[in-house]
Amino acid sequence: MTDHTVTTPKVRRNIFETLEIDTRLLGMIGAFMLLCLGFDLITDGRFLTARNIFNLTIQTVSVAIMATGMVFIIVTRHIDLSVGSLLATCSAVMAVTQTQILPEMLGLGLNHPMTWVITIFVGLLTGTLIGAFQGWLVGYLTIPAFIVTLGGLLVWRNVAWYLTDGQTIGPLDSTFMIFGGINGTLGASWSWIIGGLGAIAAVAAILTARRNKARHGFSVKPLWAEALLSAIVTGGILGFVWILNSYQIPVRRLQRMFEAKGEVMPEGFTAAYGLPISVLILIAVAVVMTIIARRTRLGRYIFATGGNPDAAELSGINTRLLTVKVFAMMGALCALSAVVASARLANHSNDIGTLDELRVIAAAVIGGTALSGGLGTIHGAILGALIMQSLQSGMAMVGVDAPFQNIVVGIVLVAAVLIDIIYRKRTGAK
Amino acid sequence: MMTDQTPLVEMRDICISFGGVHAVDHVSVDLHPGEVVGLLGHNGAGKSTLIKILSGAYQMDSGEIRINGTRAEIRNPRDARAYNIETIYQTLALADNLDAASNLFLGRELVTPLGFVDEDAMEAECRKIMARLNPNFKKFNEPVSALSGGQRQSVAIARAVYFNARILIMDEPTAALGPHETQMVSELIQQLKSEGIGIFLISHDIHDVMELCDRASVMKNGKLVGTVDVADVTDDDLLGMIILGKHPHDSAT
Repeated sequence: MTDHTVTTPKVRRNIFETLEIDTRLLGMIGAFMLLCLGFDLITDGRFLTARNIFNLTIQTVSVAIMATGMVFIIVTRHIDLSVGSLLATCSAVMAVTQTQILPEMLGLGLNHPMTWVITIFVGLLTGTLIGAFQGWLVGYLTIPAFIVTLGGLLVWRNVAWYLTDGQTIGPLDSTFMIFGGINGTLGASWSWIIGGLGAIAAVAAILTARRNKARHGFSVKPLWAEALLSAIVTGGILGFVWILNSYQIPVRRLQRMFEAKGEVMPEGFTAAYGLPISVLILIAVAVVMTIIARRTRLGRYIFATGGNPDAAELSGINTRLLTVKVFAMMGALCALSAVVASARLANHSNDIGTLDELRVIAAAVIGGTALSGGLGTIHGAILGALIMQSLQSGMAMVGVDAPFQNIVVGIVLVAAVLIDIIYRKRTGAK
Repeated sequence: MMTDQTPLVEMRDICISFGGVHAVDHVSVDLHPGEVVGLLGHNGAGKSTLIKILSGAYQMDSGEIRINGTRAEIRNPRDARAYNIETIYQTLALADNLDAASNLFLGRELVTPLGFVDEDAMEAECRKIMARLNPNFKKFNEPVSALSGGQRQSVAIARAVYFNARILIMDEPTAALGPHETQMVSELIQQLKSEGIGIFLISHDIHDVMELCDRASVMKNGKLVGTVDVADVTDDDLLGMIILGKHPHDSAT
């Protein structure tokens, strides 16, 4: 079975091919940067301040965490419309656990050091079980995911309502609240340390990949390309830390913090917020999900099933169980998002996560996940979430009326998919 | 090539029905090492269904499968693979969004000691086997959707050959191929045969069967018309079996 086409050695055409960077990803980053610069111009430099970037990142976390799970769902040709409601149920369960069950019924009292651990465990368990149950309905009972999760959208939203009698529950456990963003940041020194470790790990990963390729005798990128890539990655990580570290805690707030400890703030004392813990959680989720997608059998089977379900089945992959696993993962990530979202608000409110399903799906789709299945990346979905959030808060900052904000977001979603379709046709990629 | 040794595969009295339709109705076929048995019949005659029972895609309602003389339980594709039964499906069963190496090892990935998929090792192995089967194959880092029909076919064949198949099922392996590529498949079949592999070859093409097979089993409407030594029959005899369901030795008497 020879092919008749004469295969000429591949000529590297431009710098992006040499660097082996996905041009699609590059386009998205470009669009994102244009968007930010545009808003920055219109708002006279208020958009790209350390403070606003800090806020943008913590606002994006909840949707971005769920979007990584939605990638796997959509890649396997399913959909999950219930994520916002599931988030609400997990949030309600955790709110009740930490404010009523643990302090009163188990007698631990308020702000017990074990409260947050037990609460998050209970929340993750709830999310995973509900997700697995929905996955079982889809995979084993073969009810379409659209229907199962449309039902779930109604069911879990109102289970949350029932659990809390529709009341806002708060304030939450004081330790639990550090996962919310501004209430839990690492400060400047720790942020630099984490950023430095992250940069070292990234460069190490690039070098390990190169060594493995060389060991098998595959062609590798030129050394300068690897060096440039490492420099970009390192610069990106450290630059991000630098921006977050330049957001200083307001003096009034610092004074209150010292007063709370019974001390007096020294003259001229300053401190930066640094990396929020919620952003660290998102980064950890992104790394784990990317490893699952690329380096585990589970990830292979997810993408193979999305590409050709029959082929996956004939290759001995248990696609039904796979569906359960994918939905269970989605449920666990909804619970994690619920931790971040309720901790950020410092309470559980009845409408938490409303319309999040649409934001999450939009983020995954803008990030290049194809609804026909088999295609999608974790980093794309996170970038998609970031683009959506920037668009929304940028418009709010400019003073665009609320109805127009949603109109624009809707148009952007459709336009992004159209551009993607045109791009794939042009490049011949599927 | 009727020998006295134990057949590699015996399928006895196999029945399967879908919603009251007897897709395969009391069919028995067998296969010896180093033998190529053709399965012939019209569309819907039940040949693909019969073979999917052997490859684990379908479960028979009744009947018995024996591998090397011992009864085999094949409930899913994994069981079939455990008996070294490999199948090249008519549809090729490739995940179009993955590259050649990922498809080659789909369901049987090579992993590092830590349990992570070892992509580089898989690509290296893939390069080795493709160098043997299709030396011109170069697109290792592209999804198989970007490959030509012949290249896709060679990936599907590589998958069957790589894992030391003892029993190979080929469902219309040349249907989508040009003459040159068809010739390559023929040569490959001869080579595998000489290695002692038993091959079931499903085909529409009587000339293929006459050229490549030792015996031919003909099916019609889910029933076995008969099994003949290819050397003893003519094209017309086979056609008569396929179209009329008439066994050539019956007409001779």
